[in-house]
Amino acid sequence: MPGTISTVPLPRQVDVRAPRFGAWVTAAVLVVALLTGSVWVVAAQALVFAAGAVGYAPYGLLFKRFVAPRLGAPTETEDARPPRFAQAVGLLFAVVAAIGYGTGIPVLGAVATAFALVAALLNASIGLCLGCELYLYWLRARPVRTP
Amino acid sequence: MTGLIALLAALAVAAVLAVLWRRREGRLRPAAVSGYDWSTLGVGLGERATLVQFSSAFCAPCRTTRAVLARVEERVEGVVHVDVDAESHLAAVRELGIASTPTTLVLDPAGRELARATGVPRLAEVVALLERPTPADRKLDNPDRISR
Repeated sequence: MPGTISTVPLPRQVDVRAPRFGAWVTAAVLVVALLTGSVWVVAAQALVFAAGAVGYAPYGLLFKRFVAPRLGAPTETEDARPPRFAQAVGLLFAVVAAIGYGTGIPVLGAVATAFALVAALLNASIGLCLGCELYLYWLRARPVRTP
Repeated sequence: MTGLIALLAALAVAAVLAVLWRRREGRLRPAAVSGYDWSTLGVGLGERATLVQFSSAFCAPCRTTRAVLARVEERVEGVVHVDVDAESHLAAVRELGIASTPTTLVLDPAGRELARATGVPRLAEVVALLERPTPADRKLDNPDRISR
């Protein structure tokens, strides 16, 4: 490809619809968590995030097994790493929320859950991945290495 | 009660952010930086314009952007499209104020930034900018530009 300075390597791909589907399910679970204030719901979602962060997103597997066959072949695929990174960010919020609900600080639980819900809703509705947007900021903030 | 308030707040914030994001995504904005030396990145400038795209592996819309800019390159003569991996050019990313990928910078033949877009640029908007009759018309003005 002329004009390419350094190409981005082609990594493992996922069907773009899978993370979107996962985001809708996540949003629904987080709504239940907020309405019930249950540490167990938040903890369960934290486990789901943890599995997603290491590449085994349970909602993604549900999508693949039950939803995708009804929708047909993937129309588009994307890098598998951004959704995984976002799941790790989600895990962070879910852990804080579980600590809040588990130790009798429901306000902390609700605020952390609400943040995760905003991210899940943005991902589900317009495909915006907040965790992925933060990634370059994080890289930029790291100290400059002198060769 | 706390939970219900948090739920309603989250719904409202998500709705506002979604609308703002949609409105801004891919739109050409005035240049932020002038006087960057493009030879640092090894970018060869086009006769009419150069489209410098910053991409990363952590970026789903970068591929769509690549396709859009390749079409601009085909449609408008003298336009060169260059794809830069942001992660391996962090010094340039900092100096040019690139906050997220994809970000596309539109350069004039001398390498001055005319405009930039974050997200997938709109084909018609980019083509319209590049087809303005004189190079001076192609500049989107920004009073806050940082000169180097």
